[in-house]
Amino acid sequence: MAATQKYSNVSIALHWLIAVLIIIAFIMGNVMVDMRMSPTKLQYFAYHKWLGVTVLGFVAVRLISRLMSKAPPYPENMGKLQTQLANGTHILLYVLMFAVPLSGYFYTLAAGYPVVYLGLFELPVLIAPNPEIKGTLKELHEILNNVMFVLVLLHIAAALKHHFYDKDGLLHRMRPGR
Amino acid sequence: MSTYSMKKIAASAAAILVIASPAIAAALKLDNAKSTVNITFKQMNVPVDAKFKKFAASIDYDSAKPEASKATVDIDVASFDLGDAEYNKEVLKKEWFNAAAFPKASFVSTSMKAGASGKLDVTGKLSIKGKTVDVSFPLSVKKEGNNQVFDGSLPIKRLTFNIGEGEWKDTGMVADEVQIKFHVVTTP
Repeated sequence: MAATQKYSNVSIALHWLIAVLIIIAFIMGNVMVDMRMSPTKLQYFAYHKWLGVTVLGFVAVRLISRLMSKAPPYPENMGKLQTQLANGTHILLYVLMFAVPLSGYFYTLAAGYPVVYLGLFELPVLIAPNPEIKGTLKELHEILNNVMFVLVLLHIAAALKHHFYDKDGLLHRMRPGR
Repeated sequence: MSTYSMKKIAASAAAILVIASPAIAAALKLDNAKSTVNITFKQMNVPVDAKFKKFAASIDYDSAKPEASKATVDIDVASFDLGDAEYNKEVLKKEWFNAAAFPKASFVSTSMKAGASGKLDVTGKLSIKGKTVDVSFPLSVKKEGNNQVFDGSLPIKRLTFNIGEGEWKDTGMVADEVQIKFHVVTTP
């Protein structure tokens, strides 16, 4: 049997790395906003921002890698609608992987706190502190996160359906290793 | 005496008062709208800007005799603004400014001397959170129209004044070094 085609190794590595980073950043973000004011809370805020910037960087690399190498074909049992749904979800996930960290980045700039990546490098201050748009950006960051959360659940549910229900070997495309 | 000469006397008296007034009114009036007291510090290496929104300053300044000048600044600690309501509430707590017990921070000058490059060397007592420390800093004095403008900055260490107690003592989180920068505009 011909080996089912896979994503490029770079894409596979970045997929799982970014997935882990996003999950940590998401949980951390939800935990930190409800914490009482403390040094730990401020630390979490810093880590959360560093994670977001890291995700943004990796996603940029991943997008380039994805555009440069063709995605492996879908299993033949997938109909047109399913294929379109899958493609649409993937595109939206890409958009959100940029939009979520960027909305957070602009939110912290509007709040007047630039990001000093890993406590070492001050990242560009693209907008001046702006109390008027601060609240809107915060809400936008939350909404985008919630949309992404739902899409990720959908993404996972679809993957599991293909694996356990359709048994079509779709997950193999993103499996690390040979 | 004719009304004419009465008027004349009154006019000259007024003229004398006008001429004399700069010498009498040595205390300058603070222009609150144009004056600022800004604070900068680092939190996990992130530069943070804050300001005191309410303060009063009384400055006796005579450019002819700068050594005779005196300045007093009273700052309303509760007006500290970090640009975020939650942080603003936090800094008034016991661990930080303890604004309930120490509502005012103040600076009282003890001496002013002509210093380098046209600046004044100011020494004085800075009191925050019940602690008084001797400080000195160069003060630049400018004339802008009729206004007298004073600019200066003064580095302090927050832990000297017990600002940030307990878990907040960690200077890796909030740096010890704090820069106070002020821009005081006075009208005659």
